[in-house]
Amino acid sequence: MSATPLAFSLRDMAGETRQFPTGRPSLICFVKEDCNTCNLTAPVLEAFHQAWGDVANIWMLGQTADGNAILKDRHGLTLPILDDSALRTSLAWGFEIVPAVFWVGADGAPRAPLEGFVRQEWEALARQIAADLAAPPAAVHWSALPDWRPGCGSKHLDPDIHDRLLAEAEGSPIRARRIEIAPADDIDEFMFDQGFSDGLPLVPPTPERVLRMLSGTTRNAQDIVAVVPPNMAPATVEKIAINAVMAGCRPEYLPVVIAAVEAVCTDAFNMHGVTATTMGASPVLVINGPIRARIGMNMKLGALGTGNRANATIGRALRLVVRNLGGARPGGVDRSTLSSPMKFTMCFAEYEEGSPWDPLHVERGFQREDSVVTAFAMTSGPVQIVDQDSRKPDQIAGTLGLGLEGMFLSKIHRMPVDALLVVCPEHVKTLTSEGDYAKVRLRERIQAVTSRPLREMVSNEVSGAGIPLAAAAKMTEAQLAAPAPKFASDKFIHIVVAGSEAGKFSAAFHGWVTGAAGSAVVSRKIEC
Amino acid sequence: MTTILDPTDERVPVARQITARTGDISGVIGLLDISKPRGNVLLDELQSLLAARYPKVEIRRYAKPTFAKPCPSDLRLRIKSECSVLVEALAD
Repeated sequence: MSATPLAFSLRDMAGETRQFPTGRPSLICFVKEDCNTCNLTAPVLEAFHQAWGDVANIWMLGQTADGNAILKDRHGLTLPILDDSALRTSLAWGFEIVPAVFWVGADGAPRAPLEGFVRQEWEALARQIAADLAAPPAAVHWSALPDWRPGCGSKHLDPDIHDRLLAEAEGSPIRARRIEIAPADDIDEFMFDQGFSDGLPLVPPTPERVLRMLSGTTRNAQDIVAVVPPNMAPATVEKIAINAVMAGCRPEYLPVVIAAVEAVCTDAFNMHGVTATTMGASPVLVINGPIRARIGMNMKLGALGTGNRANATIGRALRLVVRNLGGARPGGVDRSTLSSPMKFTMCFAEYEEGSPWDPLHVERGFQREDSVVTAFAMTSGPVQIVDQDSRKPDQIAGTLGLGLEGMFLSKIHRMPVDALLVVCPEHVKTLTSEGDYAKVRLRERIQAVTSRPLREMVSNEVSGAGIPLAAAAKMTEAQLAAPAPKFASDKFIHIVVAGSEAGKFSAAFHGWVTGAAGSAVVSRKIEC
Repeated sequence: MTTILDPTDERVPVARQITARTGDISGVIGLLDISKPRGNVLLDELQSLLAARYPKVEIRRYAKPTFAKPCPSDLRLRIKSECSVLVEALAD
């Protein structure tokens, strides 16, 4: 506790409010009824009260209201017993063991507390009090008492209670509006009714849970991390933590969620457009670096699916931030025609250890030991690319290219649109079976195998999509014969590795409007 | 009693009243193309109809740089300072 005694106002058993400090020297002793050592010291405190109660406050602060009555009857106590069953004063005074006895002398400065019972210490305390008060000693038969008895853990430190007390205490970082839900109401139904949910149940963001979530970051709870589109709402660390609790995150995931919010709330990522488009885009988060292992992310078997709490809840927390803070709701600013399950969550880690290439974050300019989140705006995926037959590197690379050709519509080529290719370990093994197979070469191969004469893109009876007939009519034969690869540039092909060691199934995510006109890929370092 | 913390931004939206309807078309009409395909076709047609019916009304054309992002503040302020009415062509 601090050098200055902490003020409190508590009721005694007569219902009278006792204020502290009073201007008199005081002995303040915290106890709980079910502690044997507290019971051992109760008669000692009563003797102190009998000796010095006229010139000093000898107060017992009990941690349960029922227990106070029992202590009073059991020991025939006449000293004031104050009700600290709310435990706020116990928390504020900052001890760990009961009995905890503080002597606050006439100078107003508390001595270091005695916790538990060590007879010599209590005797010394009694001598000091008598000296300070210039009063005769208390009638305590010290030799009848044991030399030493351990105390009990203070009730305010019970795991179920402590975080709630911290959340409610003065100095708590919690600033968000508190919503009280009556016992007769179903809390889960209430949260659905308020529109907080993405359609799935939520973890209630109680103050104590949010406080625990905030322990996952060193950032100040009121720091503004980003301004969240479309409503341009300031996202404090606390508000992100509330949504992370609802999503089911553990505190150690919070730095990843914060970095993801930072990434998508940039002008480059354009979360407003990603939300609003009828095409149904959503952030896809790829996590790189040491934090993957630290928080137990999945990058192997089933990496893009269910079953891993970190993968599932980090992506969901981001979506809830955009929904609840940004105000992005289906039918409101979210105008997706069909939408996508990725709007629940889409987050996975790259299997860097299974990759022959620099991991995504290193390609994007970070250090390998950095932990980084990279956000892609994607409209569909993961779309499986199946090839269990190819045994040569160029064959697998060709398959991956043909798999990507279906993006949006297979006949549309020269697309200035991002794709995220997730290569599985078995396909990696085939790619590298004859030596290095650089990403540059893979991208070139994808472009080569998808190159078709431009005339195949012209609107026709099979599909009206593509180059309008009028425009095609103005093109020369040479122009129409020119080969057009799937992508306008190799730079639109992003490649990572993930998945289990067994299975020749890679996958692709397909982008949206890429670049300054739409959304650019954004990476943010995760500050742990 | 269970207490939870508000996950929203806690802001109360400002209630705005729509501009009074005069039954008259006058001043400067802005036509904003959000740059979706064929939005210009719709606005061209609308412009010719307005010009025929209200020859004294001035029509100004604007275009967003991309449909995929909110209207830039500069353009929004320019439209507000120059126009009495704005028609926005949204869809393709």
